[in-house]
Parts: sequence; structure tokens; C-alpha cells
Amino acid sequence: MSAAPAYSEDKGGSAGPGEPEYGHDPASGGIFSSDYKRHDDLKEMLDTNKDSLKLEAMKRIVAMIARGKNASDLFPAVVKNVACKNIEVKKLVYVYLVRYAEEQQDLALLSISTFQRGLKDPNQLIRASALRVLSSIRVPIIVPIMMLAIKEAASDMSPYVRKTAAHAIPKLYSLDSDQKDQLIEVIEKLLADKTTLVAGSVVMAFEEVCPERIDLIHKNYRKLCNLLIDVEEWGQVVIISMLTRYARTQFLSPTQNESLLEENAEKAFYGSEEEEAKGAGSEDAAAAALPARKPYVMDPDHRLLLRNTKPLLQSRSAAVVMAVAQLYFHLAPKAEVGVIAKALVRLLRSHSEVQYVVLQNVATMSIKRRGMFEPYLKSFYIRSTDPTQIKILKLEVLTNLANETNIPTVLREFQTYIRSMDKDFVAATIQAIGRCATNIGRVRDTCLNGLVQLLSNRDELVVAESVVVIKKLLQMQPAQHGEIIKHLAKLTDNIQVPMARASILWLIGEYCEHVPRIAPDVLRKMAKSFTTEEDIVKLQVINLAAKLYLTNSKQTKLLTQYVLSLAKYDQNYDIRDRARFTRQLIVPSEQGGALSRHAKKLFLAPKPAPVLESSFKDRDHFQLGSLSHLLNAKATGYQELPDWPEEAPDPSVRNVEEEDLSLIETHVGLLGEYTEVPEWTKCSNREKRKEKEKPFYSDSEGESGPTESADSDPESESESDSKSSSESGSGESSSESDNEDQDEDEEKVRGSESEQSEEDGEKRKTKKKVPEGKGEASSSDEGSDSSSSSSESEMTSESEEEQLERASWRKTPPSSKSAPAPKEISLLDLEDFNPPSVQPVSPPAIVSTSLAADLEGLTLTDSTLVPSLLSPVSGVGRQELLHRVAGEGLAVDYTFSRQPFSGDPHMVSVHIHFSNSSDTPIKGLHLGTSKLPAGISIQEFPEIESLAPGESATAVMGINFCDSTQAANFQLCTQTRQFYVSIQPPVGELMAPVFMSENEFKKEQGKLMGMNEITEKLMLPDTCRSDHIVVQKVTTTANLGRVPCGTSDEYRFAGRTLTSGSLVLLTLDARPAGAAQLTVNSEKMVIGTMLVKDVIQALTQ
Amino acid sequence: MIHSLFLINCSGDIFLEKHWKSVVSQSVCDYFFEAQEKAADVENVPPVISTPHHYLISIYRDKLFFVSVIQTEVPPLFVIEFLHRVADTFQDYFGECSEAAIKDNVVIVYELLEEMLDNGFPLATESNILKELIKPPTILRSVVNSITGSSNVGDTLPTGQLSNIPWRRAGVKYTNNEAYFDVVEEIDAIIDKSGSTVFAEIQGVIDACIKLSGMPDLSLSFMNPRLLDDVSFHPCIRFKRWESERVLSFIPPDGNFRLISYRVSSQNLVAIPVYVKHSISFKENSSCGRFDITIGPKQNMGKTIEGITVTVHMPKVVLNMNLTPTQGSYTFDPVTKVLTWDVGKITPQKLPSLKGLVNLQSGAPKPEENPSLNIQFKIQQLAISGLKVNRLDMYGEKYKPFKGVKYVTKAGKFQVYY
Repeated sequence: MSAAPAYSEDKGGSAGPGEPEYGHDPASGGIFSSDYKRHDDLKEMLDTNKDSLKLEAMKRIVAMIARGKNASDLFPAVVKNVACKNIEVKKLVYVYLVRYAEEQQDLALLSISTFQRGLKDPNQLIRASALRVLSSIRVPIIVPIMMLAIKEAASDMSPYVRKTAAHAIPKLYSLDSDQKDQLIEVIEKLLADKTTLVAGSVVMAFEEVCPERIDLIHKNYRKLCNLLIDVEEWGQVVIISMLTRYARTQFLSPTQNESLLEENAEKAFYGSEEEEAKGAGSEDAAAAALPARKPYVMDPDHRLLLRNTKPLLQSRSAAVVMAVAQLYFHLAPKAEVGVIAKALVRLLRSHSEVQYVVLQNVATMSIKRRGMFEPYLKSFYIRSTDPTQIKILKLEVLTNLANETNIPTVLREFQTYIRSMDKDFVAATIQAIGRCATNIGRVRDTCLNGLVQLLSNRDELVVAESVVVIKKLLQMQPAQHGEIIKHLAKLTDNIQVPMARASILWLIGEYCEHVPRIAPDVLRKMAKSFTTEEDIVKLQVINLAAKLYLTNSKQTKLLTQYVLSLAKYDQNYDIRDRARFTRQLIVPSEQGGALSRHAKKLFLAPKPAPVLESSFKDRDHFQLGSLSHLLNAKATGYQELPDWPEEAPDPSVRNVEEEDLSLIETHVGLLGEYTEVPEWTKCSNREKRKEKEKPFYSDSEGESGPTESADSDPESESESDSKSSSESGSGESSSESDNEDQDEDEEKVRGSESEQSEEDGEKRKTKKKVPEGKGEASSSDEGSDSSSSSSESEMTSESEEEQLERASWRKTPPSSKSAPAPKEISLLDLEDFNPPSVQPVSPPAIVSTSLAADLEGLTLTDSTLVPSLLSPVSGVGRQELLHRVAGEGLAVDYTFSRQPFSGDPHMVSVHIHFSNSSDTPIKGLHLGTSKLPAGISIQEFPEIESLAPGESATAVMGINFCDSTQAANFQLCTQTRQFYVSIQPPVGELMAPVFMSENEFKKEQGKLMGMNEITEKLMLPDTCRSDHIVVQKVTTTANLGRVPCGTSDEYRFAGRTLTSGSLVLLTLDARPAGAAQLTVNSEKMVIGTMLVKDVIQALTQ
Repeated sequence: MIHSLFLINCSGDIFLEKHWKSVVSQSVCDYFFEAQEKAADVENVPPVISTPHHYLISIYRDKLFFVSVIQTEVPPLFVIEFLHRVADTFQDYFGECSEAAIKDNVVIVYELLEEMLDNGFPLATESNILKELIKPPTILRSVVNSITGSSNVGDTLPTGQLSNIPWRRAGVKYTNNEAYFDVVEEIDAIIDKSGSTVFAEIQGVIDACIKLSGMPDLSLSFMNPRLLDDVSFHPCIRFKRWESERVLSFIPPDGNFRLISYRVSSQNLVAIPVYVKHSISFKENSSCGRFDITIGPKQNMGKTIEGITVTVHMPKVVLNMNLTPTQGSYTFDPVTKVLTWDVGKITPQKLPSLKGLVNLQSGAPKPEENPSLNIQFKIQQLAISGLKVNRLDMYGEKYKPFKGVKYVTKAGKFQVYY
């Protein structure tokens, strides 16, 4: 070993222990390397009187230690120099001593007296450094000496020495845990220290020694809160994390009454609307109702903590920002948590390790508080340069943030990701699409179509992943997807990834009645290749065989037996077991008849669809930002985050006597009891001077009560003073004041968004009330067909009741009595279709999002209902805007004229027909103020001055729907009355025809493949097989232009959406016997999906 | 908290170890090597690894792994932040944070690590304090040291550590008093294939170089402070002043430091200074395709855009590229499949373009993945957000300092989709 030290120097860690090693300096290393006795040499150098030689020797020794080489045999020689005058030699000796003292305890004792002397040195820094080294020597014999030194240092006049004492506490504790009680006394004493220097270190010691002694914190709580901002960064992290736990035990949950609060907020909200409508002051009533419920009052100390930690969100240290973020997440009322999002998003610019940790925490938070991060959706977009682990975490966050509103944007991003070169990431994206599809019913078909497209991808991993996800999606609605299952069945010939093969086989077996002809054939092929398959595939082959045997025993009996006998002799015992088990179950035998009678029930029981869940769900029971949270497992020493107490413990324990504070102030630090010692005085003067400087450089220093209140900014002060009102009044107010930088108009948007979701809720309620067919038929396509046909049966024949109902569908108040839903917004608000510049990235109000989250459960079932909602208004016929009963004699209808609107080409022109059926003239008909969702704008019609009884008039207005089917809500005013009305465009009206040649059409279509293509099969009824009728039906449904076409059975139509001008291409391929295939290509996936539904509906009835 | 630290180079050699508590054997790093092997790419090594008795938290900086050993619960960011601070300190001391520099200065490194952590808890991490304790190596000093036998360890005791402004050392003296501020803004953007902006924001920092004697108290004000959407501060800045008056008021550390970093995220405020037109097409059933890229100035506020570099990650099946640039030079690395085009300056008269043929592996199907395109550029004397420093005032000292502000805009993570 020693023969080649120069070589080993390069090899670094590979060298064994005990190998002698010279310094880092290659030159000197070369000189000594051949000499095995070089330790003698070093010893010699250490024994000389020359400091420079000693230093040289020590440097080489330290270099050896740094490389992990053993230098323990030099211990005696080194220890002798512990009292060396040269400060660098001394320091290096300390380094050596601390490293080897544990191994050579007896010799280490030689040095102790030097440190003991050092502890009495007049220079505070020498005292501190002596204590530091003394406490770092892990020799149990000196525990009593250490204890004494720590106690003494804890009441040292120098804060730096006291800080060192605090550092020494955990060292001693780890050496001898029996000292705990005495150490707690020291901690208690140091906790009472008033200097920022000590605070962080002592809390650190507290956390290591006695985290359960929460009672020690009471008296120091307020002081710690006030000192926090001036403590150094590392201390801040520790203190914040400790205070989070403390607050959880001492204060009441700010969210416990949130449900009540929300209700109230809602009430107030509707109240104000009513007020607008009727001029009644119902808001007052709502406000008056508040005090009746026992309001939640935040403890002023709780507020103090939140207020004092908030500025730290702007710390440069990622650790501090994360600590504050977790504090807010665990302690703040819902309405205030939002402030942390911005700071966390900022950390995403930092080093990739920081991003990794932050994204993990964001992923957990975004499940609970989605609204918080929604405005920052785009900050989580993935770049091709991100490392894969970051990409996958961002994908997780994006999936968590996806909702009805932003799903088109998210899906479009995902589509870009699928074409990435990073295959792991592509696979993760496919899973993410699957999760979006399960969570958001509206896009399920789009996603499924997209995934099916991916099956023809050339990369096998992509195909395999798609198969697995498709399997899960199909399980939710297998009936309609026989085609896809067939397609998958074909894939078994090519695809090799076992998981994918197994998934396909399972699907075929489970839904064999949908593919009765293919299933046996697949089994035949699989039987052939059975022996070469992977285990997981074999199990599924057995499964498939069993299921087919039960449903179609005629064709598959022999095959099944063949498979089972192959399996019987398989090498894997699981497979042999399964085969035996299956045979007993399905093949009726004399003895075991009882079970086999129920075999069908056993094998073909309906199975619940899998729930695709985030792996970050429920991770928030770990304190965020902690190691345990990151690993999703309890780490050693993790302190459980306690639950909020039911009853608040006595807050007076935190009271500190006023006198106490004033005392500190007069002493300004440190010295009261020490003045008698003469040698300190010089030092004390300096300290004093420094203390006086304090206000100068840190004006936020809050050492004493009086200054604190002077410092705190008026906003937060008032917040804490008028808690009860501001807290309960509405959650929004405080969250808005936090984001004061936001633009005015952004706030407006936010306001309107909150209305939206409130109204969404309202609308859902309305929908639920709808009796018969429509409500129940939501889940299946057939259902929506029937509902549409019933409603399509022309308005004139509708009964009065139905009309009223329809009026409510169309967001018109059925009568003035049921006014609280004056306007509503469709579920399908396709906000995404705004041009990117007007994309609303405003933070939605917290209350509304939490409400939205509460209503999420409803969304899934409701959304499938939407297409059927749209169908009745398709076509260019007249639609009712205001019924004459509701309008007190004024009846208003509208039609989509399909003429370009003269003022603005992006607007849909709408003809409004007024007729007066009352017996008094109606005067001053005009549009009132409208609360429009983001992006939608209205061009008013000129005021109609007077409408005599029995007369009618027509006006033209333009609406820019921004390529979404959101309803435009506005007020129709007469001189005396205001009516809330809304127009919701059928998707076909959002486009204008374009004319293009066949070639152009094909070229454009080629560009819009993949997820942009939606294909459906349909049967054309006999009535609609002629060219003329087909074209007419399609053009009635959608404002598209016909594109000339070479073949007679194909119809092509093209249009552009009005606002963004995206192409919409529709192809109908009619085959003999009425079968037909409809394809829509459009960048706007949701428009495409809806258009397909509408057109099919129009064609098939 | 932090038990031990191992420094590991790219080839997996542990070349430095430091323990703050009992010694942890090097073999603990085997878990790290295992994870590294699994990750394939250095960037994908998980920062936190759980082993039976320890947790390993690591960072990757400048081709080195800093692996720390943890035994009990600790916020992971705390450790990560600290490790980066260590790397920053090395950078600051030795000019680079490389294996060679660390090996050459192993004693200083050890002394630094000793001061930075006590029993695993950070003690002195401010560069101003550390420099008082341990002098950075300079050629002159090492010569002097070798003659006189004096040392790198400061014989004055670090008073900074005692003060309440730990970031500034006491008794600073300069003959020329200067204060310079660099406003550096980076544009992060994602541009979609049609050229419209999917996402854009500006990330800015103000780096300061302050060489002022005594205890100067500075306040820096902006013409348009409202622009700053989200700001993070150096601890020296008085938060309350900023909250109430939007003025940065601080006693600066001595030397170079980052004063603030900020974000301007409102999308319509972000001007995108360049546009890129690009196309790539592959012929069906043939092993070549066409590649074409043009770059031009957009909203550049009348300044020249310089230092433009375009990097394209080509699909794996691309074998070679045969291109002609009208300006600058290009390289294509057939191993990593990265095309780099060094464009230089844009002159509006003649837009730089790069055209030519792409050769695919023969027989390989046309690639389905899209290349991704990243752009680097630089604009001198312009802060793209429009941020302007109004004035710098100094209190507390009598002399008149020399003051200067420099602006520069760069591309950050600037990506164009195909």
C-alpha cells in the first residue's frame, strides 16, 4: 500500500484506512512518499520550536484527515501543541483533536486543562472558542466539566459566548442524555435571552433536547415573534418550525368556523345582488345575522405570529421562505394562505434541488388548496431543459391544478410534451392525461381520442403507457368503446411491453360481450405464444380464458383447457396455482359444484373503475417542508404536528409582566449584574454602544412592547384589532389587501370569477331541480339523445311549464320571484379560447375556489349533461330571451343571423326581436350594465325609444363570445324595469364559414391531427341520406362553409372561429347503408368535441 | 443537523470528507452511488436519499456532488440552502468551485467548514465574517506567508460575528470609495410554434459591488418601483422602509453581493426582443430532411441584440446536418445531437438564417419527436422591464462616493416550441 502513495492520491477514497498519507502538496508528497517512517518526520516537525514547521506539519495532517486517511497515531504529538501561541496552528490542532478525541480518550484529557483556562479568558471570543472545542470533544469523562462550563457560559455577559453555550447543549445531550434535566434548566434560562444572536441557537437546542416541553415557550413566545425578523436565516427556519408546532397546540383552528363563514359570505354576496335587482337592503340583514353565530376570534398572539412571519416570505433564503410557507399553510385562515403562492413560485427559479423540494410541497398544497396556485399555472409549464425529475413533479402540479376552466390550456401543453424526446417524461404525461380525463368528465372523450391516436406511435413505451391508461379510462364507460377495444386487440400482435399486453387481455376478457368475435381469436393467439409470455401476461391469459369459457364456452372450451394445462406445468407457482384454482371454479365437476355454479358471478362481477389519484394526496399530515413529508415516511426525530385543540388553552400564560420589559429596556442588554467586575467594563461600553445603535440599523426590531406597536404597519394592526368584523365579514377582503399590487382590472376579473363559481353552484342547484329524463339521462349518450329529441320537438308545442323550465335553462329568471339566479355561466366556459394576451391569470377569490372545490363532486356527473343542454338551441331558429310573462308583457326573442357583424368581425351578430303584448307602451328599451365573464364583450343596439302595445321591433347587437360557449349575461332595461337575460351561443354559431379548395382543406387537415382530431361513428337515419338534407342539417347546426369534394359520399365543411380565427374542419364520410364517420379537426379541442356532438345529434334524429 | 459532508467528483471519487459529530464511514456514499447509477443523468439524482440509518441530502454544483449525511428530521431545504452557501463560499474564496481548487486549498476549505458549522448547525455563513476569520488565498499572500511564516488565519478576532449586522465587517477602509450596481434582467419565455407567447416573465437581480469605508447607510430608490412584482431581499435591507416607501435602505456588506432579486410577471409587460422563424421537414421514406431557421429583432428598444446563440436538440435519428449560415458559425455534435449556432449580433438589414439538409440514419423512420430550441442573447444598457434607478443616497459617512449603475438584459430560459 505504502509503495504507491502518489498513485493513491489520485485514487482518493479507494485507499484503505491506515494508509499513511502526506499532504495535499504534490511536491512535499513526493519527497516523503518513499519513506514509510514519515510519521516520525511529522512528529519531529511538531516537536520543533518553529511555528512555521509546526504549521506545515499540521497542514499535512489536516489534509490527511480531509482525505479520510487515518492520522490517529500522531495524537500525542499533536496534542502537545494545543497551547501553541500561533493561532493557525492552534486552530488546526483543534480540528485534529475534535476528530480523534473520541478514539483516544485518555490522551485527549491532556488538553482539557488548556480549554478550562480558555474559558476564563477575558476575551469573549477565546472563551467562546474554548467552550466550542471542549464541548466538541466526545469524551464521557468530562461531562461534568462540560456541564459546568455550559452553565457558566449561559450566564456570560457576552451574547456570543451564550450562543456558543446554546450550541454546546445538544452536544452534551448526545453524549449523555442523563443530563437532560439540568440542560433544560439552561435552555430555559437561555430562552429568556433577549438578543437575536442567541435566539436561533437556543431554539435549536430546545428542539433537540426537549421539543415536548412546550410550556417553556409560553413566556418567550411574543419575544421570539418580535425578534424573528432580525435573527439570522438559519435560526429563523428553526424558530418558525417550532412556533408552527407551538401554535397548533395553543390556538384554535382558524378554519373550524370557515364553513359558517363561507355560508355567510355567500349570503352577503347574494344579498348584494338582490339589492341590485330589487333595491332591497338585504345585505344589512345578512350582516346582522352574523353576530348571532359565535364568531371565531383569532387570538392576538396567533395574529402576531402570522404578521411577523409574513415579511420573511421575501427572504433570499429558500429555506426561510419554505418555513414561512408551511407556517401559513398549517396556521393561517384559508383566505390568507394565498400569499405564499407567489413566494413559492419564485423559488422555482432557484437551483434544481430547491425546485425539487419546493415542487414536492407545492404538489401537496395544490391538492388541498388548488385555487392558490391557479393564477401561476403557467409558471409550472415544463421546459425541455428541465431534469426529468423536475418535469415529472411539474406535471403532477399541472394535473392537480387542471380544472374545468383551464383544462384546454393544460391539454394543449400536454400535447406538446407528448412529442418530447424524454421518454420517461412522455410516459408520465400520458398518465397525467389519464388523470385529467378521470377528474374532468368534460374532456374524457377528447383525451381518450388523443390516447387512441398515440397507439399508432412508433415508440413502444408510449404505446404501452397509453394502453395502460386507456384501460383505466375504458373501465369507466366500456359500453361505448367496443371500437377501441377492437383496436387494442389488434395491437397484441405487435406490442411487447408486458404490462400493456396484460392490460389489453384484461380489457378483452372483462368486456368480451362487446367484442364477441375477436375475443376468442385473441385467446387463440395467446394460447399459441403462452409459454413465451411474461408471468403477468400469463395470468391475464388464464383470466381471459376463464371469462370466455363462461360466456362463450362453445368456441373456447378447448382453448381454455389447453391454456390451463399449459399453465399447470408452468415454472411459476403463482401461475400453477391460478390455473388450478380457475379450473376448479369454471369446469363443473362432480364434487365441487357449489362454487362453479357461481363462477360467472365471481369472474364477471362488475368492477369499480379505478380512481387515478395523486400520490401526494394526504401527504399534508406531515408538516410541510419537513424531511418526513418529502420521503412520505416518518423520519427519525420527526415531531408530529399536533391537531388543533378543541378549546383554546389559557392565553394568559404568554403574558409577560410589563415591569420585566421596562427593566430590559433600561439595561439595554446584558450588564446589570456584571458591572462590579472591572475588567468587563471596557467590553461593556462597547456592548452598550452597540445596543444604542440598534434602532438605527434595524427599525423593525421589536424588543419591547411600546416600540412594537409603533412599528407595526397600520394595515395589519387594524386587521388584528377589528378581527371579528374583517374575519367574518368576507374572506376576500383580507386576501385582496394582501395582493395590493394587483391591477385594478385584475381585481375586477377576480370578482367576476368568484361570481361565476357562485353561480355555477346556483346553476347546478337549478339543474338538479329539473325533473324526469334530462336530469337522469346525464350519464349516457343515448340519454342525451332522448332529451334533445324531446326538447327539439319545437317550442310551440311546449307546455307552459316546460317553457318556464327552458327559460331557466337559458339563464333567464323564470319570474321575478325566483330572482337569486339572475345570470349564470355555462359549465363549459372555455376561457382558454381567449387570445393569449387577455388570458385571465388573475387569482380567483379564495372563497369562490373553495366553494368550487366543494362542488367538485357535482361537476363530474353534471358535465356530461352539458351537450344535451346545448342541443335545443342549435339551429338558426328563434330563441326566447325573455318570456312575456316574466317580462311583464315584453317578449324578447333572438336569432343568430349569421351575417358578419358590421362593427367588429370577431362578434357574432344577434338579432333581437321585441314585441309588446301588454297594453301600455314600453319606453326606453336599452342595454343595461352587464357583468361579463373575462373576454366576452358586447356591442349594444341603439336604444328603442318606444314600443307601442302590440307592436314589435328588431335590433341587432354584436357579442364577442371569445370562442367559448359561455353565456353572455346582460341587463335589458326599460324605463321602469330591468331584466336579467343571457344568451348562450350554440357552438356552431361561434364560427364563420371560410371557403377553400379541396387541396387546401387536405393540407390544413394534415396539420391538425392527433389530439386536434375528433372522430365519431354514427348511423344516418333513412330520412337523411340525401346530399341536400345532410348539407342542410350540418350548415344549420354550424355556421360552416361547404368545401367542394371529389367523391360523392364525402362532405367537407370549413370555418374559422370568430375570435381567434382557428380553423374548424368538418368531414362527413357517408358509407353505404347509412353508416357514416364524422371527423372534426380543430385546434380548439373543446369546440371540436362539442361540434361533433351537436352535428351528430342534428344528423341522427 | 448536518452530520458529515462528502465531496464527490464526477467519476465517483470521494476527495474530501468532514465530520461534525462522530465519524460516519465513507461507505454510506454507496447508497448515493447506487442512486446515481439508477438516475443515469447527473441532474436526475434525487436530492434526498433515504438509507437504513441515515438520510443523504446532496446538491450538484460545478460538476461536484456535495453529499451531506443527516440522521434526524431537518427541513431538506435548510440543508440544500446551506450546501449551496458552502459552494458559493468556495467560489468566492478560490474563484472557482472545482475539484482542483478545493484540493489545492484543502486546509482553507477545512478551516472554512469548521467555522461554518458547529455540531452540524450553521454558525458563520456570511462571507464578510468568514473573510475576517480566514483570509482568502492570494498569490502575494502565499509568497509572503512562505517567507515570514505568517498564516492565513486572521489574528484579529471576528468582531462581525458579535455585531447585529453580521454581514458587514468592521473597520473597512478604502482610498477610493465606490458603489456599483448591476441591474441584470433575464427573460424567461415559452414561444409556441406560431410565434405567440405562451408564457413570459422577467427575472431580475440587482448585484452590488460596494467598496465604501466605515459604516455607510445607503438608500436606493427607483423611478418605477411598482414594476417589481415579487422581490426577495438580502438580509441587510430594511423591510419596513420598502413596504412603506418603496426605497431600498441598507447598510451594505463589504464587497460583492446580491442586493435583491425580483420578478416582473405581468405578461403584457414583457417585450420579447427576438423572433424566430423555423421549419423542419422530413421526406417520407427518405433519409434526409430540410432545416431552416431565421432569427430577427422584434421589440428591442433601439438597442442591438448581441451574443445570440441558438441551441437545438435534434431527434436521436438525426445523423448529421449540412447547413449554411448567412452569419456566424454552427456546430453539430453527432453524439449529443445538439446543434449550436453562434449568431453574434443582429443587424436588421440582413437577418441571419441557417438553412440546409438533415441526414437521418438510413432506414430509420421519420422522427416523431420535435426538436426543442433554446435561445441566448444579450442586450447591453437596457433593462427590458423598464426599471430605472432613480438615485442613491448615502448617510452616516462624510466622504463622497463614486456611484454607477449598469443595465443589461439577457435571455433566461428562452424556449421556442417546434
